Amino acid sequence: MASSEPVLLANVGRPDSHTRAAYEAAGGYRTWRGVLARQSPAEVQELVRASGLRGRGGAGFPTGQKWSFLAQDRPGPIYFCLNADESEPGTFCNRVLMELDPHQVLEGLLLSCYATQAATAYFYLRYEYPLAYRRVEAAIAECYAAGYLGRNILGSSYSLDVFLHRGAGAYICGEETGLIESLEGKRAWPRVKPPFPAVEGLFRQPTVVNNVETVACVKHICERGSAWFRSLGVPPDPANPRDSGSFGPKLYCLSGHVARPGCYEAPLGIPLDELIERWGGGVWQGRRAKAAIPGGISTGLLRHDEFHCRLDFADPLKFGCLGLGTAGVVVLDEHVSMVDFLHNSCRFFAHESCGQCTPCREGTAWALRILDRIRAGRGRWQDLELLLEIGDTLGIIPGTTICGLADGAAWPIKNAIRKFRDEFEAYIRASNPDGYLETHPVRALDDRHLQVRS
Amino acid sequence: MTLQLAKPAPPDDDKRWKMVEVTMRRSGYASHALIETLHRVQGLFGYLDEPAMNFVAESLGLPLSKVYGVATFYHLFSLKPQGKHTCVICTGTACYIKGARELVDGLRQKYGIELGQTTPDLELSAVGARCIGACGLAPAAVVDGEVLGNLTVDQLLARIEKVIHDAT
Ligand SMILES: Cc1cc2nc3c(=O)[nH]c(=O)nc-3n(C[C@H](O)[C@H](O)[C@H](O)COP(=O)(O)O)c2cc1C
Ligand code: SF4
Ligand code: FES
Repeated sequence: MASSEPVLLANVGRPDSHTRAAYEAAGGYRTWRGVLARQSPAEVQELVRASGLRGRGGAGFPTGQKWSFLAQDRPGPIYFCLNADESEPGTFCNRVLMELDPHQVLEGLLLSCYATQAATAYFYLRYEYPLAYRRVEAAIAECYAAGYLGRNILGSSYSLDVFLHRGAGAYICGEETGLIESLEGKRAWPRVKPPFPAVEGLFRQPTVVNNVETVACVKHICERGSAWFRSLGVPPDPANPRDSGSFGPKLYCLSGHVARPGCYEAPLGIPLDELIERWGGGVWQGRRAKAAIPGGISTGLLRHDEFHCRLDFADPLKFGCLGLGTAGVVVLDEHVSMVDFLHNSCRFFAHESCGQCTPCREGTAWALRILDRIRAGRGRWQDLELLLEIGDTLGIIPGTTICGLADGAAWPIKNAIRKFRDEFEAYIRASNPDGYLETHPVRALDDRHLQVRS
Repeated sequence: MTLQLAKPAPPDDDKRWKMVEVTMRRSGYASHALIETLHRVQGLFGYLDEPAMNFVAESLGLPLSKVYGVATFYHLFSLKPQGKHTCVICTGTACYIKGARELVDGLRQKYGIELGQTTPDLELSAVGARCIGACGLAPAAVVDGEVLGNLTVDQLLARIEKVIHDAT
């Protein structure tokens, strides 16, 4: 993969990179002025569609297509929600952008709002990012002062207000309809779709939800064109008609057992091993890797012999992972117990399940209890099958839940047990030598005779 | 036609309620200001008790059940008084595999509290967090709002010791 100049991180590292003065000295807001003066919203939408940009928040949905779904026949305003709830374990690239280059995010937001003709934008920031809060708040104030925001921006007929809103600590607020409910001041219970937010979202109005990095990409597409964007990354796989390609630059968060953890920019499609070796300085302390999470724990696990996987929207699926997710890579070295890893993952999802769907609420809680029991030395042979059964039946993909949190809970279970089965079996055998073989299933009531089946 | 309701009275004459009212007024007493209002109350009083939730509910025209539902749904709201100082330990994946457990053990040994508990003298609360977006610095913790990374147990305990000592 050819290396390329950083684009998203170009300003990071410059002195006072979070201020408007520094941003404008580097050419900032020139694109916003130019677009407002010379381009129609439809032209910007077309540009973004032609670029092939796909959402960076986890699902990888084509951004131009999402915008085109906005209901145009509704009276009342269109809302734009910027998803800055970044909560997927292993992910921190939005924080880097908001803390060190908030104006890049805002310029992208303004362009995206203009393209979708949104009248109001809500910047939904997780509460746990106090520095990002102060910097974004200051940046918004600077934008109003410069006339980039407000009524009749820079003499045009376009008006836009941006409101900064903070969450209160719940992973599910990152799910787009959970975020909308939270903005309305309620519990962040994801909504049943359809209707999709583009038709009926915030305050029942057509709404777009996009990730921070997605709108940052919009800024660069408006500046450099869609052909430039398509020159980076991976074209669609001709064998897969559903793949629309993985174009553009991407921020990769690298953490866990690597020598140099951090947030790195590379074109989409960098192989995992290259990311670890070239950017991360290899596995720490001269050890070997056992596994890695490709894009936040929801996406599952790659085993060390799968590290040639390209980190784009298509390749992780071929290795049984849920997808690229947030490109938050966590490397696990050979000393990590997969039982402990999976316990930690299950505890997270059991805690964060919002509780609306029975398979998710109960499935995540039972998976945790089973792992508690295995770790307490009372693991049973059948527990692995039971965990797999939970994993295989949980989520939107098998069609049992409202939102994708459940799929995210299922994937680490499925990948950990299928890819590291030997380790789980050895753990159970060693910790529970006499109990691991046989236990009897609970007898069920025969529903025809209502008596205990023998 | 607008219905004029009597403005609910604050639970007591503590001046801080004025600041809560400012927050609610700024958003026109809209029900979607609930979360921001609860943040304000907790910021001023340290936690949310029933009189506080009642006051917010009446002011925003919401049933108490809804305010309670929101206050219990979001992890950052607390219905119990918290310690003067807080230590948040990240238990996200990256921190977990790089030693968050040792940090939790260290805290338990020195202060006798688990995550989610407060020392009986109300000096220190220990809080468990999911990933706080500092994975590059794992294991990470937040002591009184300050993010500390690449932590050892000794460094964490020294830092807590210091904030407690400096405040007294
Ligand atoms: C459980 C769950 C949590 C999510 N958390 C986030 C998040 O923290 N940030 C984010 O941008 N998207 C998150 N998403 C994805 C959003 O639902 C949505 O797809 C995304 O914000 C759309 O923006 P994009 O098209 O720009 O990626 C989450 C999804 C699920 C199911
Ligand atoms: S899948 Fe889980 S988190 Fe999503 S709505 Fe259902 S219960 Fe809530
Ligand atoms: S896992 Fe601890 S900060 Fe991300």
